[in-house]
Amino acid sequence: MTTFFPDRPIPQVDAVVIGASAGGLQALTVLVEGLSSRFRLPLLVVQHIPPHGSSCLVSVFQNKTKLRVKEVDEKELVSPGTLYFAAPDYHLLVEEDYCLSLSQCEAVNFSRPSIDVLFESAVDAWGERLVGILLTGASEDGAAGLEKVHWAGGLTIVQEPTEAQVATMPRAALQRFTPDFILPLREIHRLLCELECRNA
Amino acid sequence: MSASSWQGVDIEIKLLVEAIYLRYSYDFRNYSLASLKRRVLLAQRQLECASISEIQHRVLYDPEVFMELLQYLTIPVSEMFRDPVYYLALREKVMPVLRTYPSLKIWVAGCSTGEEVYSIAILLHEEGLLDRSIIYATDINPHSLKQAQRGIFSLDNVPQYTRNYQLAGGRQSFADYYTAAYESVILDKSLKERVTFADHSLATDSVFSETHFISCRNVLIYFNKDLQNRTFGLFHESLCHRGFLGLGSKETIEFSSYASYFEYFSKEERVFRKL
Repeated sequence: MTTFFPDRPIPQVDAVVIGASAGGLQALTVLVEGLSSRFRLPLLVVQHIPPHGSSCLVSVFQNKTKLRVKEVDEKELVSPGTLYFAAPDYHLLVEEDYCLSLSQCEAVNFSRPSIDVLFESAVDAWGERLVGILLTGASEDGAAGLEKVHWAGGLTIVQEPTEAQVATMPRAALQRFTPDFILPLREIHRLLCELECRNA
Repeated sequence: MSASSWQGVDIEIKLLVEAIYLRYSYDFRNYSLASLKRRVLLAQRQLECASISEIQHRVLYDPEVFMELLQYLTIPVSEMFRDPVYYLALREKVMPVLRTYPSLKIWVAGCSTGEEVYSIAILLHEEGLLDRSIIYATDINPHSLKQAQRGIFSLDNVPQYTRNYQLAGGRQSFADYYTAAYESVILDKSLKERVTFADHSLATDSVFSETHFISCRNVLIYFNKDLQNRTFGLFHESLCHRGFLGLGSKETIEFSSYASYFEYFSKEERVFRKL
């Protein structure tokens, strides 16, 4: 099997943060479908969603993956092998003790939850032991946050814009900096599996 | 920016909140750091300070700068009848119990600019309970309290408030409660006759009255666990036997050290009842 890291050791990471907007549901499905129940890295997702009403993300993804899937509870400790979704109308932040915080501070990039808010706080908590993934979307949210992951020494992955349902979000990131990987979804999925093998 | 320089920022923030506490007795030391940091960095840009340490210096020697900073550190995001299902649960489940008391004391903790206070006042009015109620509306931000006391809101928000009011089971027309003037609406004065607005900190002050119902929504999310526990302690002490506690839609007492002193009364709407 080919490796994504032919010239260097596979990085040691503690968590994966993912940002997605328009087209995100299908993209996330490709990403997490087939991840085995042995997958131990926590996955924290901000998928842009309308502020009012309840989110259907948990029920949708519960049937698509063997991972534990849940909406974030206020101040819960990040636990391994769990796919977390940010709640509608609340920002999601990671505290220095790896507790998850919610906030109703003003929208960032017209978004609450905002991808930038999650990514920037995750960098503060995990530093270089973090993977940031930015997927399809019609927003520029997430570009600044992913750049911060990059400068902190974390691993950054942007969905191949030509494959993205809406390329604005991946392109916004690529305009700011060059990530470690620009990949189609299937490859991002494979990369996650490889990271997991290294970290298992 | 490297990870090590962020540690520097964290240190500056910790020093800033310590300085604020020593100088002004406002205690942000047990606020959740991640969102506190975002707000301090926002304040830094708006106050045009080169560093957080510069904010600290200016705050220490100029109370007006502190007041300005306080507006960034507290979060006035509120709307009337926000999460209508919460108010519907109050109306349908909590009010019938509160009705059995000859007089009522209600505490809206962290009332910000007053949207929640007036929503509860309208609810009490429509249930015929306002005349025998006292509502304590408390906050740490004097500007917010002053605004709350005025009861004047932007006309732009009225369509949203009206929708919320209807979804919350409103019995009249929402327009009955306000007078529009220019770009604002002034809420009916009778709604605040039973309200006492007061400065009170959940971080440093103690209980001031026995209450039957406490509503504290989207305040605890900004506190760390220690401060959350302190706050729940205050609420437990203030509430009468079998009193009610209403929290924000993502908040719970379940994982706190007071979990065993409360039961869920209306789980989805986050209404708890003291055991």
